[in-house]
Amino acid sequence: MSAFVNALDQEPWRFIISLLAIIFLTLNVAAVLTFAERKVAGYIQLRYGPNRVGPRGVLQPMADVLKLFTKENLSPGRADVWVFLAAPIAMFIPAAVIWMVVPFAPKAVVTNLNIGLLFVVSTTSIGALGVVMAGYGSRSNFSLLGALRGAAQMISYEVPLILSLLGVIILTGSLSLVNVVNNQAGGFWHWYIWSQLPMFATFYIAGIAEVKRIPFDLPEGESEIVGGFMIEYSGMTWALIQASEFASMGLMSAITTTLFLGGWQPPFDFLDFGNFNWIWFGLKTAIIMFTFQWIRWSVPRLRMDQLMDFGWKFLVPLSLVWLFVTAAGTLIIH
Amino acid sequence: MTLGLVQQMSYGALYLYVGLFMLLVAGFVSAVLMLARMLSPSRRSASKSKVYETGESSVTDPWRPFPVRYYVFALLFLIFDVETAFLYPWAVIYRTLGVYGFVEMVVFVVILAAGLVYAWKKGALKWV
Repeated sequence: MSAFVNALDQEPWRFIISLLAIIFLTLNVAAVLTFAERKVAGYIQLRYGPNRVGPRGVLQPMADVLKLFTKENLSPGRADVWVFLAAPIAMFIPAAVIWMVVPFAPKAVVTNLNIGLLFVVSTTSIGALGVVMAGYGSRSNFSLLGALRGAAQMISYEVPLILSLLGVIILTGSLSLVNVVNNQAGGFWHWYIWSQLPMFATFYIAGIAEVKRIPFDLPEGESEIVGGFMIEYSGMTWALIQASEFASMGLMSAITTTLFLGGWQPPFDFLDFGNFNWIWFGLKTAIIMFTFQWIRWSVPRLRMDQLMDFGWKFLVPLSLVWLFVTAAGTLIIH
Repeated sequence: MTLGLVQQMSYGALYLYVGLFMLLVAGFVSAVLMLARMLSPSRRSASKSKVYETGESSVTDPWRPFPVRYYVFALLFLIFDVETAFLYPWAVIYRTLGVYGFVEMVVFVVILAAGLVYAWKKGALKWV
């Protein structure tokens, strides 16, 4: 058995298995989240949510995918078809590839890049490119407005997102996510959330804005610009955009967990399950995902000016101030 | 766990690994799109290929000069993005730099924060 496992751990098998595992994971995160989203919405609004397909409706995502596969893929006659079709791909890549550097358990990480955090933030920006491509390629007024808003929002909230990581980097002294998690060992009071609480709040809020969820879902604000940048998409192209949005929401939860909630580290040392510590990683990620959904169904949407003000006049100064505090604190302690 | 830590690779091989991974993910998405194209019906018509504009015919083309107010934000974003490109390496070796590193960072960030305050006072961050 172990000889077989060792053989699988060699290239190229390791590469193929990781690739398939990550694509499987991304699609499943998206499927489970579309279902959970409607279920949570249902219970928050005192109704059942989907409950027809399969027991308690758990097969609903599968039914959705089958339906969307058989729907016509329309594109506007005057659209730039290549840009239009490349947009879902550009949005899917960051949602899948970033899982490469996320440690799931003590030894389970696809590549321990020593620039892991830099890789995360730089790959996340490809998502904004996808939004612009979708809006511009559609050649439709609503989608262009949605794309411009999306670009403005995503680049504005990327600044606090990037700045809020600096505290974690200072405390760890490394950009590798594996080192970030290893540095938070020894019980939940060692997690970075306590010393980096303002940075955690900044990262969390900017993360919601980065994955374009309510209260920051202006790129697709249904009540004003209908579907926003994805108004012209239908069938599988639309399904892929939706899937990458949900998958990037799951990914953002996983990265929040890794950076501030100790990743796979158990809350107490006696609960250490060795290689099965992915249970802790999954549990914490699921809790963060649930709070994302909870916020979505409890908070009204912001206005565009409030959105930009909040990002530039509150989150950016806050993260700069806490950068000083972290730097000064580290200087005093060492 | 089948997935152990990746064997020690040279930098070039590691980035090739990541790049190949990205390409194959893109290939997977394209394959899904092609499969959908084969499975789904395709009955085009003139009214189906119109853009959606709440039932009206679109009279304007969005591909024309268009007043965008976001460009100031784009410039500010660029400044802060480049700043973080400098701050990340600084943060990694901060512990070995000591007081000198702290003072350098303060000077660096204060200059940038001054830029943000200037833009703020000038009204560049104001949404019309």
